[in-house]
Formats: sequence, C-alpha cells, structure tokens
Amino acid sequence: MDALTMHRLQFAFTITFHYLFPQLTMGLALLIVILKTMALRTKNERYDDAARFWAKIFGVNFLLGVVTGIPMEFQFGTNWSEFSRLVGGIIGQPLAMEGVFSFFLESAFLGMFLFAEKRLSRLAHWGAAFMVFLGSWLSGFFIIATDAWMQHPVAYQLMPDGTYQVTSFLGLMMNPWAWIQYAHNECGAVVTGVFVMSAVGALYVLRDGKSEQGRIFLRLGVTAGVIACILQIFPTGDLHGKYVAHHQPIAMAAMEGLFHSEKGAPIVLIGQPNMQQQTIDNPIAVNKVLSFLIYGTTAAEVSGLDAYPKDLWPTTLPLLFYAYHIMAGLGTYFVLLMGVAAFLLWRGRLFTTRWVLWPLLLSFPLPYIANIAGWMTAEIGRQPWLVYNLIRTANGYSREVGASTTLFTLLGFMGMYAVLSVLWIVLVYRIVEDGPGAPMEHAAGRA
Amino acid sequence: METLWYWIVAVMLAVYVVLDGFDLGVGILLPFVARTEAERQQSIQSIGPVWDGNEVWLLAGGGTLFFAFPQVYASSFSGFYLPLIMVLWLLVLRGVSVELRMHFEDALWRNFFDGLLMFASALLAIFFGAALANVLRGVPLGPDHFFFLPLWTNWRTGVDPGILDWYTVMGGVIALLALALHGAVYLVMKAEGELQRRARAAAGRLWPVVTIATLLAIPATVVARPDALKNYYGHPAAFLAPVVVAVSLGMMLVAIRKGAELQAFLCSSGYLIAMLCGAAVGLYPVLLPSTNPLGESLTIANSIVGPYSLRVGLIWWIFGIMLAITYFSIVYWMFRGKVSRSAGIYGH
Ligand code: HDD
Ligand code: HEM
Ligand code: HEM
Repeated sequence: MDALTMHRLQFAFTITFHYLFPQLTMGLALLIVILKTMALRTKNERYDDAARFWAKIFGVNFLLGVVTGIPMEFQFGTNWSEFSRLVGGIIGQPLAMEGVFSFFLESAFLGMFLFAEKRLSRLAHWGAAFMVFLGSWLSGFFIIATDAWMQHPVAYQLMPDGTYQVTSFLGLMMNPWAWIQYAHNECGAVVTGVFVMSAVGALYVLRDGKSEQGRIFLRLGVTAGVIACILQIFPTGDLHGKYVAHHQPIAMAAMEGLFHSEKGAPIVLIGQPNMQQQTIDNPIAVNKVLSFLIYGTTAAEVSGLDAYPKDLWPTTLPLLFYAYHIMAGLGTYFVLLMGVAAFLLWRGRLFTTRWVLWPLLLSFPLPYIANIAGWMTAEIGRQPWLVYNLIRTANGYSREVGASTTLFTLLGFMGMYAVLSVLWIVLVYRIVEDGPGAPMEHAAGRA
Repeated sequence: METLWYWIVAVMLAVYVVLDGFDLGVGILLPFVARTEAERQQSIQSIGPVWDGNEVWLLAGGGTLFFAFPQVYASSFSGFYLPLIMVLWLLVLRGVSVELRMHFEDALWRNFFDGLLMFASALLAIFFGAALANVLRGVPLGPDHFFFLPLWTNWRTGVDPGILDWYTVMGGVIALLALALHGAVYLVMKAEGELQRRARAAAGRLWPVVTIATLLAIPATVVARPDALKNYYGHPAAFLAPVVVAVSLGMMLVAIRKGAELQAFLCSSGYLIAMLCGAAVGLYPVLLPSTNPLGESLTIANSIVGPYSLRVGLIWWIFGIMLAITYFSIVYWMFRGKVSRSAGIYGH
C-alpha cells in the first residue's frame, strides 16, 4: 500500500481508539456532577457512594484517554507534516489552547477529585468534580473547533508562501459548524455515559431486585438518557444534517446514496450502494422525505452525485453510506429503548420489567458504535479533502516518512492498544463486580 | 515578537523537564532505592498525583511550538519520525505503569509494572537528552525545509549525521544521569526512613558523575557545533547560564550533605533550567540548524506564524498560563509534605 494510505490508516486507528475513552469520560463527568449535586442537596450518603463508584470507572477511562491522547497531539507533525506546515498557523491555535486551558485544568483537579475527598469539604469536593467536568468539555470544544475548521474553513487568508493564516480569532472560535458539531458530539458522549450507567444499574437490579445502587443508576441513566437521546436526533442531528447538505452537498449525496439528482428525493432507510451500476441495491426507501428534511418542502430538488465530477466523490463511498446509516439507525433505536424505559420508570414498573432491563444491560456497546460511525461519516465525507475545498488529503501527509515505516508504527500501535484493551476490560469488569461501597483499593490507582 | 515566543516555548519545555524530570527520575531509581513493597508504594505515591499534570507541560509546550512555529513543528516531528513515535509509546507505558500497579494485589504483577516503569522512564530520559543533542548538532535539512534521519550513519557529527552519533548518545547519557539525580533529591524531600536514606545515598553517588558529565558536555558541544559560543561572545550576559549551572551544582552538594531537602531540590531544578537556557542561548535565533549546506536553517524569522495570531496568542497564553500556575500551586500545596510510610494518606 502507498504511504498516504498508511498514514490515513494509522491516524484513523489511533483516533478511533482514543475516542473510545473521552466519549465515556465526558458523559460520565456530567452524570457525576449530577450525582454530587444530589448528594449535596439531599445529604444522602448513597449518592456519594454512587459518585465514588463512577469516579473509579472514570479514573480508569481517563487514564486510557490521556495515554492514547498524547500520540494524537504529535501525529499532526509526525504523519501530516505538510498539512501542519500549511495550516499550523490556524489549527495550532485551538490545539495549543486545548493544552493550556483544558489539560492543565483536568489533570490538576482530577487528582484532587479522586484522592483528596477526605481532605476537602463537601462543597470543595463538588467543586473539584465540576472542574473536571469543565476541563473535559472544554477539551472537547477545542478539538472540535479544530475539526470543524477542517470541515468548514472560516476566517483564513492564503499567504504568498502558500500557507494559511487566521484573520479573526473570534471567527475561528465562533465557526457555526463547530458549535453544531459540538452540540451533537457532546450529546453523543452523554448518550454513551447514560447507556453505560443504565447497563450497570440493570445488571445490579437483574441480580438483586432490591439493589439500591442499581436503582439509583437506572433512575439517573434513564431520565438523562431519554433527554439526551432525543436531543441527539432533534435538534442537533437534524441541524448538523442541514449544514452538511448546504456546505458539503457531495458528502450528503454520498451519505444518502443519492446517485442521481431528483425532485422529491427519497430517503433510503436500508440498502447497499452498488458502485458499478450507481444505484442502491435492495432499497427500502420513503419517497420525498430527503427533500423535506433538507429544504423543508417535499418538492425541492436535491443534487445527486452525478451533479459533481467523480474526483470530488468521497473515496470510500460505501463505507460512508453504511457508517451514516448505522449512526442514524442506532439513534432511532436509542430513542425507542430509552422512551419505553422512561415510561416504565414513570409508572414505577421499570425495576421489575425484565424484558426492558435485559436490552438496557446489553445495549451499552451500541453508543460506542454510533459515535465511531458518526465520526467516520464526518471524516470520510470530507474526503478527498483534508481541509474542505482547500487542501487535498493526498497533499497533506509527511512525504519524508515512507510506507513501510508507517506500517511498522501502525502495527506497533495496534499491538500496544490490544494489550491496553485487555487491561481496560479486566479493570472495569472488576470495579463493576466489586460494586459501589467497595474499598477504593482497585481504583485508587494513583495513590 | 518572534524572540518572545522563542523564549515562551523554551521556558515551557524547561518547566516540563524540571517537573516531569523528577517523575522520570523516581521511575529510574525505583529498583535501586525502594527494596520493600511499602517503599515502592511510597515512591510511586510521591509522583502519583502530579505526573499527569507535569506531562501536560510537554503537550502544552509542543502545542505552543505548533502554534508559533508551525514549520519547525512540521519538519522536526516528521524528520524524527521513528524516535518520536517511540517516545509516544514510552509515554503510554510510563503512564500505564504508574497508574495500574495499585490495581493488582499480586506481587508478580506489581513487579512487572515496576520494571516497566523503570524501563520506560530511563529510555524516555535518554531519548529526551538525545533529542536535545540532535537539535543542537543540527539535521540535514533539504531545500524544502524537510529532512529524514536514519537511526545512525558513521557515528560522527558532520554533514550526514544519524539520529545517534557520539554526541547525541552523550546527550542521552547526561540526561539519564541528571534526571536520576533530580529524582533522587525529590525522593529525599518526599520520603522518610530507609527509602529516604537510600535516596540520599544515591544522590551523593550521582552528584560527582553528573558534575563530570556536565564538564565534558561543554567542549563536546563546541566540537559538534562550532558556532555554539557565538552568542556568548556577542552577549557576555549569557555567561550567566554556565555560572548558574556551576553554582547550583555546588550548592546542591552542600545541601545534600547538610540534609537541606528543599534546597537540594531547588538547586537541582536550577541546574536543569540553567543547562537548558544555556543551550537555548547558544541556539538562538535558530530553532533547527541545518548541517546540509544546501538547506537553510530554520530560524525564528523564517518559521514564525503571522503577526495577528501572535498578538491574539499572547493574550490567551498569558491568561491560560496564570490559571495553570494557580492550579499547580493548589495541587502541590494539597499534596505537600512527606508521603507517609503507611499507604493511604491520599484519602482511601
Ligand atoms: C451516540 C451517538 C450518535 C447518534 C445516536 C447519532 N449521532 Fe450523528 N454524529 C455523532 C454521534 C451520533 C458524532 C460522533 O457526534 C458525530 C461525528 C462527528 C461529529 O461532530 O458528530 C456525528 C455526526 C453527524 C453528522 C455529520 C456528518 C458530517 O459531518 O458529514 C450528521 C448529519 C449527523 N450526525 C446526523 C445524525 C442523525 C440524523 C442522527 C439520528 C437519527 C444521528 N446523527 C444520531
Ligand atoms: C479534532 C478532531 C479530529 C481531527 C483534526 C481529525 C483529522 C483527521 C485527519 C487529518 C485524518 C487523515 C486524513 C483523512 O484520511 O481524512 C483523519 C482521518 C480519519 N479520522 Fe479524523 N480527525 C478528528 C477526529 C476524529 C475522531 C474523533 C474520529 C473517530 C472516532 C475520527 C475518525 C477518522 C477516520 C475514521 C479517518 C479515516 C478516514 C479515511 O481514511 O477516509 N476523526 N481525521
Ligand atoms: C486529533 C484529535 C485529538 C487530539 C490531538 C487529542 C489529544 C488529546 C490529549 C493529548 C489528551 C491527554 C490530555 C492529558 O494529558 O490530560 C486527550 C484527552 C482527551 N481528549 Fe483527546 N484528542 C483528540 C481527539 C479528541 C476528540 C475528538 C475528543 C472529543 C470530542 C477528545 C476529547 C478528549 C478528552 C475529553 C480528554 C480527557 C481525557 C479523557 O477524558 O479521556 N479528544 N486528548
């Protein structure tokens, strides 16, 4: 394989692995702040126990987020040196700010939150939890602002030497794409958090119907869950889709598998893109819905892929189509499941309804899949551009670094991350088995 | 403005070396000074709550380099591709081994993580030293400002050096020794009992070695980079850096002998900072010198980002760094004092 492909594969692999951790920590950080707030207001020790339990899981995931995040920060230089040279003047800004504003904040207060509870007052400990939450969400914002600039470049200027420079700092930070993407993405992180919390709750309640902690987890997980799952689709997902349709119409046509321009374009719910025939095989489609979703009227014409030159089509089109449909399909399933669970919770029957508790227990991997699929949609949809309409991916990688060197480092990352995955599963499993109220032993990693 | 950002990046990296340096030093010394399980636990507790924050200085420093001098970030990171990726792997292993040892009660696994910690810490120290030496010596930059270095060529400095030559290997060894000493004086400050006694003995033994290595480093640098002293003759005030190096080394010895724990640690920090400042003075205004006559060196002038970015950057940087200093003061204050011999002082 050529060097470009190797660089892309390595970046995709390492970022996908990295994102397994922040999506949970960002989601849990919010839920932990809620638990700490309830503890503060009700003075009920049980909420403190619950918060302590989730802090342990948070700690393990945070560690893995940190160690896998460091390679990300440096890969812009190692693997995408031409890209860094050309646009470093722009994306260096949010990336440096992420280090200065959020990583310092997070790393400082996490130690305090995890290991100094006994030395702090209740309010101060709540404050430490809040700062950790703030740090992780800020970190998410800066990184998304970076990505959003690549999706939708704003406030830039081309210099005579071919590099790009910022013209307005506010313009960069207020990039509308960044805010929509941020809203949708953070919502997705909360979805991961609530599903994991509900799964542990369901596990405890299925084992022991009276499990108090299990009930707390389910109550919070399902209540926050139904809200997050709805916000995920509407308005954030819907708005994000409209943005893509207006600013990256080729990506949208490819996501929807619309090969030919059409008035009253249909939405394909299920199907397989056939690249030879340029059709969707075995489709199940609903007429006119796509036109309506994008333009608000069923008659509008939507441009298909045939309206654009082929060298502007995303390079791995079927993957893009599947990734998008997996995300949207799972999103629908999440709303249904959480909706039913929330209804039963309201009627007071959730803790005894095993046919809902089992799906809640088993569904926790799905938000991870949906989040990764969402990112694949965004990143593959951007192809063949590295920075949309400005720099092609093929012009951005490190030419000095050959294919076999990159293959070697990619294999190295794969090997090391395989070991980390095993450790991660073992540790989280043990924390869940020990349950809330267990001594801090297992989780007190850093002490 | 370029000069200011040169020093901002240099200072952030120097702070990184001083702070994460003692974490690495404790890791390197672990098998030598901590014999019992309780002592190993005590050593790791001394760095447990702070290593992550310390490491952030590397990220923030790297991010600032990217922001202010994108061309240097692009050229050096891709040119040093393999060793840098190995540094990343080592940072992963170091982080994992500090944090995960406590999750396993079994002595076998704890030994494994301790070994891993020492291995990763020692190699990181060597890599960082060699990296600095590579930058001081220069790299064969091409006309397009990019380069790619083989791991080694003929072990000589010159037009076509490798990543490893006699000079960079020496840089790695000096870094290993200096950080081990730094870790030792930190442990003396944080530990009690047997552990503290052994750490003090280690510091006493490392001190002469570090001093000799430092004395050798200066002529070696002049050989590897003939114009290293140009700035010194131009600006005699620069000789302050070697003076501070000498004074801190001397005072460190006195402090170790007297048992002045904090003073010894501060001297060691002063020594590291002065060494790095000395290097930065010798390099200025170049960020990445070229050994290749065809390629132009990367200087602050030809790799700086646009003036608007720098102005905005200065505003948020000052603000952000003040916040960061505040957090660090709070954390170090909270975890001040000795790590007690009984496990569990940090609240569990
Ligand atoms: C739990 C996760 C999750 C769920 C259930 C959904 N999404 Fe999503 N989606 C994401 C998680 C996500 C994400 C990981 O957060 C992405 C990737 C990039 C980004 O910023 O957000 C994303 C991106 C993303 C994009 C942008 C793609 C691009 O930039 O090319 C669109 C149009 C949608 N989503 C639309 C939807 C719709 C209509 C959904 C529901 C039916 C939906 N998402 C459910
Ligand atoms: C700030 C955040 C991000 C930035 C700046 C970024 C940037 C990039 C870059 C430079 C590439 C390589 C060029 C390419 O093939 O497109 C890439 C590819 C990719 N990234 Fe991202 N990415 C970000 C976030 C993510 C996240 C969070 C994920 C997934 C969890 C992700 C998934 C991918 C995938 C799957 C590819 C491969 C696409 C392909 O090969 O066609 N990215 N991204
Ligand atoms: C190319 C893209 C990325 C880079 C360069 C990157 C870089 C990093 C680094 C260096 C860390 C460790 C910080 C520390 O030492 O404390 C980290 C952690 C983190 N990252 Fe990323 N990251 C990327 C993608 C993402 C994305 C897409 C998100 C989410 C939207 C994200 C969210 C976080 C969060 C919340 C943390 C805190 C640690 C944790 O909670 O697991 N990162 N990242």
